[in-house]
Amino acid sequence: MLGSEVTKTHCPYCALQCGMEIGPELAISPRTDIPANGSGALCQKGWTAGELLTSGERLTAPLLYGEPVAWDAALDHVAHRLSAIRAEYGPDAVAVFGGGGLTNEKAYSLGKFARVALGTSQIDYNGRFCMSSAAAASIRAFGLDRGMPFPITDLAGADVVLLAGGNVAETMPPFVRHLDGPRLIVVDPRRTPTAKLAWLHLQPTPGTDLALALGLLHLAIADGLVDEAYVAARTTGFEEVRTSLSSWWPERVERITGVPVHQMRQAVRALAAAGKAYVLTGRGAEQHAKGTDTVTAFINLALALGLPGTLGSGYGCVTGQGNGQGGREHGQKADQLPGYRKIDDPAAREHLARVWGIPAEDIPGPGRSAYELLDALGTPEGPRALLLFGSNPVVSAPAAEHVASRIGGLDLLVACDFVLSETAALADVVFPVTQWAEEDGTMTNLEGRVLLRRRAYPPPAGVRSDLDVIAGLAERLGHRFETEPVRVFDELRRASQGGPADYSGITYERIANETGVFWPCPAPGHPGTPRPFLDRFAHPDGRARFVPVEHRPPAEVTDEDYPVHLTTGRVLAHYQSGAQTRRIAPLVRAAPEPYVELHPDLAEQLGIAAGDVVRVSSRRGESKAVARISDAIRRDTVFMPFHWEGANRLTNPALDPVSRMPEFKVCAVRVERDS
Amino acid sequence: MRLVVVGTGMAGSRLVSEVRARDPHIRITVFGAETRRPYNRVLLSNVLAGSSRPEQVRLLDPTWYDAHNVTAVFGGAVAHVDRETRHVVTEYGRREPYDLLVLATGSDAVVPPVPGVERAIPFRTLDDCERIIEAAERAGRAVVVGGGLLGIEAARGLAGRGLPVTLLHLAGHLMERQLDAEAGEVLGETLAGLGVQIRTGVSAAGVEADGVRLDGGELVPADLVVLACGVRPVTGLAAEAGLEVRRGVVVDDELRTDDPSIFAIGECAEHDGTVYGLVAPAWEQAAVAADVITGGKALYRGSRLVTRLKAKSVELAAMGETQLGEEHAEVVRFSHRARGTYRKLVIRDGRLVGAILLGESDAVGTLTQLFDRGSPVPGDRAGLLFPGTASAPVTDSPTLMPDAAKVCQCNNVTKGRIRACWEAGARDVAAVVAATRATTGCGTCRDAVEGIVGWLCEQEGVSV
Repeated sequence: MLGSEVTKTHCPYCALQCGMEIGPELAISPRTDIPANGSGALCQKGWTAGELLTSGERLTAPLLYGEPVAWDAALDHVAHRLSAIRAEYGPDAVAVFGGGGLTNEKAYSLGKFARVALGTSQIDYNGRFCMSSAAAASIRAFGLDRGMPFPITDLAGADVVLLAGGNVAETMPPFVRHLDGPRLIVVDPRRTPTAKLAWLHLQPTPGTDLALALGLLHLAIADGLVDEAYVAARTTGFEEVRTSLSSWWPERVERITGVPVHQMRQAVRALAAAGKAYVLTGRGAEQHAKGTDTVTAFINLALALGLPGTLGSGYGCVTGQGNGQGGREHGQKADQLPGYRKIDDPAAREHLARVWGIPAEDIPGPGRSAYELLDALGTPEGPRALLLFGSNPVVSAPAAEHVASRIGGLDLLVACDFVLSETAALADVVFPVTQWAEEDGTMTNLEGRVLLRRRAYPPPAGVRSDLDVIAGLAERLGHRFETEPVRVFDELRRASQGGPADYSGITYERIANETGVFWPCPAPGHPGTPRPFLDRFAHPDGRARFVPVEHRPPAEVTDEDYPVHLTTGRVLAHYQSGAQTRRIAPLVRAAPEPYVELHPDLAEQLGIAAGDVVRVSSRRGESKAVARISDAIRRDTVFMPFHWEGANRLTNPALDPVSRMPEFKVCAVRVERDS
Repeated sequence: MRLVVVGTGMAGSRLVSEVRARDPHIRITVFGAETRRPYNRVLLSNVLAGSSRPEQVRLLDPTWYDAHNVTAVFGGAVAHVDRETRHVVTEYGRREPYDLLVLATGSDAVVPPVPGVERAIPFRTLDDCERIIEAAERAGRAVVVGGGLLGIEAARGLAGRGLPVTLLHLAGHLMERQLDAEAGEVLGETLAGLGVQIRTGVSAAGVEADGVRLDGGELVPADLVVLACGVRPVTGLAAEAGLEVRRGVVVDDELRTDDPSIFAIGECAEHDGTVYGLVAPAWEQAAVAADVITGGKALYRGSRLVTRLKAKSVELAAMGETQLGEEHAEVVRFSHRARGTYRKLVIRDGRLVGAILLGESDAVGTLTQLFDRGSPVPGDRAGLLFPGTASAPVTDSPTLMPDAAKVCQCNNVTKGRIRACWEAGARDVAAVVAATRATTGCGTCRDAVEGIVGWLCEQEGVSV
């Protein structure tokens, strides 16, 4: 039965969370009251999002070893197996893996379920693969990570925006409308659709963004462009950074990055001459084994130019996943508790213990990070059972074949999904769950604005919410969990109260009336905080920190056997592992298959023509895809989109020492025509 | 283990930080002849030009040595190496034992033996730099002797301070080791435009109170004379200790001298017959030596040389064998002297073995990396010299655009779709947008859609 009224909600995909209305017959139209897409924009993913609601591929009954069973039977089975595994191997033998697409309510409930009902420290989520490096760098510099600490509409008033490693024209097209005014400088190894819009495109060798950022700051210092008054008044640590930069003179950086000195100088001068300017980073800069330091280097540049915490200027991370921001704030992360609290902070533990009604010492400590967790599955020291929510790691994790074999070693895999994703297909038990338009919930978008998704459409019979799965399992393990999203949110408000990401003053009514509320919002009468750093940064002394960082080569450098760089990314028509978008016909027509993009000179050298099937191999696996020849990419690099199984068989799980981010964005491969 | 390092210049200071980064425990003592803390010599031209202050070129913070548990002795030159007992002895008689010793003594400026040369200031150290700046403030005219990399940077820097400068050079063209004759001449013309008068093929016979006397007797007037006549490796300590010394201290692929407990790196070292005078090789050597010293395996196989001039408004990159002729290599050349542009590729066996790029060029990054990596040179040589020309934008004229061309990326709308829509009755942009959703994503195709609809209407004689 189709709904008959118009419901105001948001797109199910990226972190822009475009406002949309769902009308009768599932008619989708853009809202104009949500600033992210306030001009009424949507991309093809948004327009077609409704098609999956009625897809024949929806799961409508729990699957036990591939056979449909009743809900109680499936929940009983899982609860029984979890208890047995816990009894035999201890609580850390059960792991939970979440997702950055889950609502705040689900993310919160999942974290609580892991700590309270399962008593496991082994919880992390796929957002570790997305924004963790930027989050770590922001916390290090500003004392707080709120993605873009300013409303997205501020960007349009800037004179210059530098975007390092982001391709918003494909990943979140309506974002581009906010870049209409400023001069755009794009850093990307490919001349992406975003780079084509740029006033200046810097095209570095993959894995050298950090060196580039150091070169830019060196030039800013050498050319006397540093905002000395700002540095003195609002920051600490500049002297040490300045000294460390004397080793990164631009000609040295040019040789490492391949970016001409005169282009670096052009970029720095434009940024410095701008009255208002922003530095933004995306996954291209962040998904490296040195991603945290790379973002730090860009933040150092922004600080030296006096941008962060200045009205109309700043630094921001362009978060990717729909709830990538909220997902990292409410306890899905191995080292965090709700409200963006640290799990090893005694005061945080006391607070959550009161909210959860358990002794603080019962809350487990920090667990493994996402890749380390996946890599430990089924090993003698690692978890033997995994509960998977809103994630598809056999497509999206690095060294994916290895991860699949680890998952194969589990005693129990349980997946919650609305379609049979590649990972769900491996599960012992699959719970069919609701989708975005079938449930209420909040999402926190890339600006840190908390938004409300409204139920527009009844779920198919047999489908329940992830919150029901969590509560159903909790009940069988002796705990009572809320299932109504608004009640879970009320508990989340209490849990987050007093933390860095304080939601306690936010209600569903306020979000609806105010078209979103920025956190922190510590009281019902508090207006929310669109720009948290205008007066002070979140460190105790109120100052931002310069942190000296050094460039180093990628974890895997090219050699005779693997002579070409591989970098990965998204295409416009698909989202993440493609589990949703690869089931929507117009999107499949727009982008039907994986491909390898390579430069005409490299193609000529390898005897590859457009349309040839190409075999790409790395030390971790191989993948085949169709060749696309384009001079938009560097001669020494090939690109593969990661929405299909394949690209991540090749990628390198080398981890950032701080954020534990894998090195998705560069590894060494061999490229051959498939005979 | 006790490591002693002699020298706190670019090579020595780099080695110390590389070793410390690899091993927190090795006992390290470092001796520097200069009282200055380590600074970046590469940046001295910026100081001379006035764009950097002296304190902006230091390589390590003053607290670095204490914080990293390194004993540093500044202003205490090592006078003697006692290889028998494995000690170094400073000029003040301090004895320091070592298990491994690294010589990074660098080089000295060459001062030509001509009368009055003591009136001139060599350009080599930060102290020299400060003396030159001080003199420049009082001077009315300057002469720089030596038209190599450093001399040109010095001359450009002084001219930038508003001082008339004459650059004297012995060879027939500037930077004759890195450039062919034409490039040298184009460079000279560029510098002339920036206030540096170039005199090539001349030799200084003496420095006098009011200028430099040339061999032919002519006096080039100046009240500031700067010397940039090259450098000479400092090898006295090694020679006195009985180590093998040719032009530099001879080292093997592990950077060891013929005494296995003594290494030499940087401008004092001679590897495979070559003494390097640039910082990149010195730092590569420091990394290899640090690996070997801390028990790792690494070999130094020589460096590829890329010279990049650092002078405001002069873009010059030169690498490898730039002077090979057509009989030995494939040479691609473009010259446009009126604009100060000269580009040259030297290709052998399908690899780039040399290149000159004079004048601003987007090709410099790509060419440097092709040269560094020895990767195959693409067939389209011109595309290498003029990047960007190959990818001329596809036509966006509605008439010429094929039906399959995607107009709206965000909603996957082709020109054919818009035409079909129009033929089905959508006669204005709003109707096409409603039917196709074109322009509703990023919005950058708005002009293109308007153009196509306008063209379709025009064809039919419909007014838009």
